Amino acid sequence: MRYFVYLILGTFFGIVMTKSEAISWYRIQEMFRFESFHMYGIIGTAVVVGVIGVALSKRFNWRTSEGKEWNLKPKDFSIPRYLFGGTIFGLGWALTGACPGPMFTLLGQGIVSIGLLILSATFGTYVYGALRDRLPH
Amino acid sequence: MYDLISGPWHWSVSGLLIALTMFALLYTGKTFGFSSNLRTMCSIAGAGKRVKFFDFDWKAQRWNLMFAVGAVLGGFIAYHIIPNPAPVELSAATLSYLDEVGVSRPGSTPGFSSFAPAELFGVDNLLSLKSLIVVLVGGFLIGFGTRWAGGCTSGHAITGLSNLQLPSLIAVVGFFIGGLTMSWLILPFILQL
Repeated sequence: MRYFVYLILGTFFGIVMTKSEAISWYRIQEMFRFESFHMYGIIGTAVVVGVIGVALSKRFNWRTSEGKEWNLKPKDFSIPRYLFGGTIFGLGWALTGACPGPMFTLLGQGIVSIGLLILSATFGTYVYGALRDRLPH
Repeated sequence: MYDLISGPWHWSVSGLLIALTMFALLYTGKTFGFSSNLRTMCSIAGAGKRVKFFDFDWKAQRWNLMFAVGAVLGGFIAYHIIPNPAPVELSAATLSYLDEVGVSRPGSTPGFSSFAPAELFGVDNLLSLKSLIVVLVGGFLIGFGTRWAGGCTSGHAITGLSNLQLPSLIAVVGFFIGGLTMSWLILPFILQL
């Protein structure tokens, strides 16, 4: 029952991602080719609303449902892991037209290849874990 | 009312609702980060016995797995129960690019999703070279890259930027270096294989 709220939030997210067309391979190509404002509008609106909300939460000390501080830990600063890791993810994002959330939402449409895509992404994460100590962070 | 729900939704509405999802997760004491689920799945599959990175208490991540199950369910509902009335409406420039590289336009393959091209994701084409590259190489890059970068679009581009984190900005710059390189320099060749 504790987890039911996350099931509902995930379902809501999946519907938003489909209705916004952000799960579409075509929309991602259009974005990286700078041929439409659509995806920039979505991400831009989310970030602007996010920045305002997070700033308000700090100013007014908004708490979680259990009265704790919001889980927004500062990220450790470094360049290589974010730049190299980010670039590798970007290559995959443009190739598949999907980031991790949309992969799962597309699976809900019943596309078999997407199931394999999720498995190869999981394998990619495994290989990262195995090579982790040898990569710059 | 039905037309309002069936979509497509304006980008501003969609962006606002994504931000609300992030705030809802923050309110419950969690944080918005989808790619962590891939690490959790490795751990559940027993990867922790071989690789220390996966030897963690994955049960603390069960909420995120439930969120992922919801994302699948939401995809099912939004596609099969209240479908979008029309295929994705792309710009003229993108449509002519698709024609040029021989990729079918949205919705032009009967019986296949209008959100993705059947040449790359259709089950009949699964064993074609370009389809294998997209599914196997593309997936690998996503899983490897997101974990190295410590997050994907939800964790860095939405949550990290909302919290004004410089590391997330560097990650997003990386997303675009990779994305632009793929879209402009590599993908046109893969699509024409």
